[in-house]
Amino acid sequence: MKDFALARLVAMRLGLGLVSLLLVSLAVFAITSLLPGDVAQELLGQAATPEAVAGLRASLGLDQPGWLRYLHWLGALFTGDAGKSLVNGQPVVALIGSRLPNSLMLAAATALVSVPLALCIGITAAMWRGSFYDRLVSTLTVSVVSVPEFLVATAAVLVFAVHLRWLSALSSVSSIDGIVSFLRVFAMPVLSLCCVIVAQMVRMTRAALIDQLRAPYVEMAILKGAGPVRVIWSHALPNALGPIANAIALSLSYLLGGVIIVETIFNYPGIAKLMVDGVSTRDMPLVQACAMIFCAAYLFLVLAADLCAILSNPRLRHR
Amino acid sequence: MAALLEVSGLRVTARDASGGEVTIVEDVGFSLERGEVLALIGESGSGKTTTALALMGYARGGCRIAGGSVRLGETQILSLSASGLRALRGRRVAYVAQSAAAAFNPSRRIMDQVVESALIHGTMTRAEAETEAVELFRALALPQPYRIGQRYPHQVSGGQLQRLMAAMALITRPDLVVLDEPTTALDVTTQIEVLRAFKAVVRQRGTTAVYVSHDLAVVAQMADRILVLRDGRMREVGETARILASPEHPYTQSLLAAAAPRPHGDGVVPEEAPPVLEVRGMTAGYGSLTAGGAPLITVLRDISFSIRRGAALGVIGESGCGKSTLARVIAGLLPMAQGEMSLGGEALPPAVEQRDRDQLRRVQLVFQMADTALNPSRSVGRILGRPITFFHGIKGKECARRVRRLLDLVQLPASVIDRLPGELSGGQKQRVNLARALAAEPDLILCDEVTAALDTVVGAAILDLMDGLRKELGLAVMFISHDLHMVRAVCDEVMVLYAGQRVELGSRASMAVEPWHPYTDLLIRSVPELRQGWLEEAAAVRAPEDAARRTACAFYNRCSVRIEGICDRTAPPVQAVAKGAEILCHRGEAELLSMLPPRRRHAA
Repeated sequence: MKDFALARLVAMRLGLGLVSLLLVSLAVFAITSLLPGDVAQELLGQAATPEAVAGLRASLGLDQPGWLRYLHWLGALFTGDAGKSLVNGQPVVALIGSRLPNSLMLAAATALVSVPLALCIGITAAMWRGSFYDRLVSTLTVSVVSVPEFLVATAAVLVFAVHLRWLSALSSVSSIDGIVSFLRVFAMPVLSLCCVIVAQMVRMTRAALIDQLRAPYVEMAILKGAGPVRVIWSHALPNALGPIANAIALSLSYLLGGVIIVETIFNYPGIAKLMVDGVSTRDMPLVQACAMIFCAAYLFLVLAADLCAILSNPRLRHR
Repeated sequence: MAALLEVSGLRVTARDASGGEVTIVEDVGFSLERGEVLALIGESGSGKTTTALALMGYARGGCRIAGGSVRLGETQILSLSASGLRALRGRRVAYVAQSAAAAFNPSRRIMDQVVESALIHGTMTRAEAETEAVELFRALALPQPYRIGQRYPHQVSGGQLQRLMAAMALITRPDLVVLDEPTTALDVTTQIEVLRAFKAVVRQRGTTAVYVSHDLAVVAQMADRILVLRDGRMREVGETARILASPEHPYTQSLLAAAAPRPHGDGVVPEEAPPVLEVRGMTAGYGSLTAGGAPLITVLRDISFSIRRGAALGVIGESGCGKSTLARVIAGLLPMAQGEMSLGGEALPPAVEQRDRDQLRRVQLVFQMADTALNPSRSVGRILGRPITFFHGIKGKECARRVRRLLDLVQLPASVIDRLPGELSGGQKQRVNLARALAAEPDLILCDEVTAALDTVVGAAILDLMDGLRKELGLAVMFISHDLHMVRAVCDEVMVLYAGQRVELGSRASMAVEPWHPYTDLLIRSVPELRQGWLEEAAAVRAPEDAARRTACAFYNRCSVRIEGICDRTAPPVQAVAKGAEILCHRGEAELLSMLPPRRRHAA
């Protein structure tokens, strides 16, 4: 009975996620349709005759009404067909397919470094709150958050690539043939991304934990003779999981959609850079597909964080 | 034999806002033999919890144990290292916190938390600890001792949690147990069960305990000796019987006097006084309306009463009975679903939005927590000036004059006008809260547990004040309370609510006379009396937790005189009894008189 209620709750969240995704698709399509510029004009150049432009528009299906194009696009999307690039005629799925693994690899490498690091720093800062270490962490995270990532990335290039010549300024994924070259390629992009998201996660983790450490049940645990490690691990942390999971999800969602600057600076062949190129060439099917991927990833992460919060809270788990 | 616990010259300091140190406990010393129970008694801020925590070498944030010694057996607790303290806490000295609901970790199963001390200190294996825990659950009269440990804290009642917490403390068989106001947050009917369970376990195991409380009547049941604290200093210490019979210190005498409130006023309101508020057949609750017109979750069912000008009506019942909802419905914050209300003879619209400004002015609500009801960033002058301007359109000098008059009325000096609520004491804040309601010049004031958050002595002063104002201004007052003593002392009429129904309504005089509704009877029996041995004599009451089935009479599951086949099938009728009260019960007057156990006379 209780399991059934839980399954219902999860199914509800999943259903809501799908509805959100549908709304997002509508918004993405509407916004990309409103973007100024015309792909036919862009392809044929300034000198093209109006007849030639109209002909190309008809052959690309751009003369049909918006709602019809949306339905066609959505229907095709369900079958896994995101259309063809208007620029070079290649299937969008293939274009994305060649870039997505790179982006996922960068995101995974960053997540693997940043999440454990952030949790460690956040938890220790909460444990020794008020100490010199805690104040140092607070000051550093505030400073790092307020530095824009392009500055971090540019500074990293200047220091490690130009002056020290340890790393290559450009991240060429194809040159990876071992651990060392993997590190050489990923070190700087991961470092730049970590700077942004670690600070956020540290602050949220610390705040969520300190909130719990003030609770009377923590005092009770101390008066039962529990040491600081037990107080944190078995008492405070399980109750802080919900907010921490949300902070992590928000930070990680940034790794897929918000890495444009970092990918551009390091010339990293990821999906964000693909989308930027798509926008500059008015390649709408490509832009739409990328936007959908970013939104889906975001929704998935937030959903995962929600489920994590529900599962870690017995009051929600057993109503 | 040397005493088990010896405390001497204990001094605890706290940092104040300016960074200086203030002493909150000064020169406290006492000793405790094995198997003895000592009560620390005093008002809030007297340092009783601070003293109790110091016995575990613990001081709350911002506080510091500055001096003295605490010896338990051979151990000097205050000179232990951090790891020495960890080895002591939960093993040799255990703690039972005031609010079990907050002191249990919401995300872990009860059993994990109960056996945790035993596992931390390695006194037992997990299996042994669980067996011991089940044994304790049974000794503490908890339902389903084998299964209750598998639940989460939010799945059991407050009274059960408090007993589970006692099990958590006793699992390591500690030398000393510190109980910090363990029954203060409970209803009287639950408190008596918990007290009985505690006392049985303490007796059976020969536990040495320090019992912190502000309630002399509770302490009289539990303690062998009493230590009276005030402002962090010891005022008196002695055998319980001696302290109760012949207190030496004037402060102890005033505590004893406040514990047995004297009646206010003569309790007789002239019959000819016109009713200010009349309520007929009020039904209210939450959720959408069902086919019958009642809300999905009905909180109040078919309530009728009236309050005359200058009279005080007491509304009493345990938490969750709907008494606060009643105030919200009368104030219009929760519009009633069925029934009629009239104010001064005119129909009163159910929702606050439908009422005109004059109707709003005539009914004022005084909230329980003055701390949260008063805007912390507004001065007292602005708080009181706002309703004067809003209801009477008076501004400037005249408004300031009225504010001063209000402060005079609630016996506060005019100097508090420029202060913020945070700079006032609890009693002063409650007076401002009251003055805010009086500023509207209402006909009816609804007081929701106005003295619950205050110490006995301060609360008694507020009640005195209310009584004077009622006579002076001809106000009608509704007192909502869980405290039977208080209601009987200040109200002309008393209404008893149970599960949203009016089970008894009668004059103050009728409340002192049998027969009562079986629930009223239970309430009266459950209020601890200020004498030793009361707990042993008090008849066992049916615990609220076995109420599972919905029955026609809501009290059926706990009733000691229920008639099976009738009370659970047919809704009970309202019957008038000779003492001048109305009772909602199937049993006739003669039956109630003969079946409920007679009450001890000298307790009245």
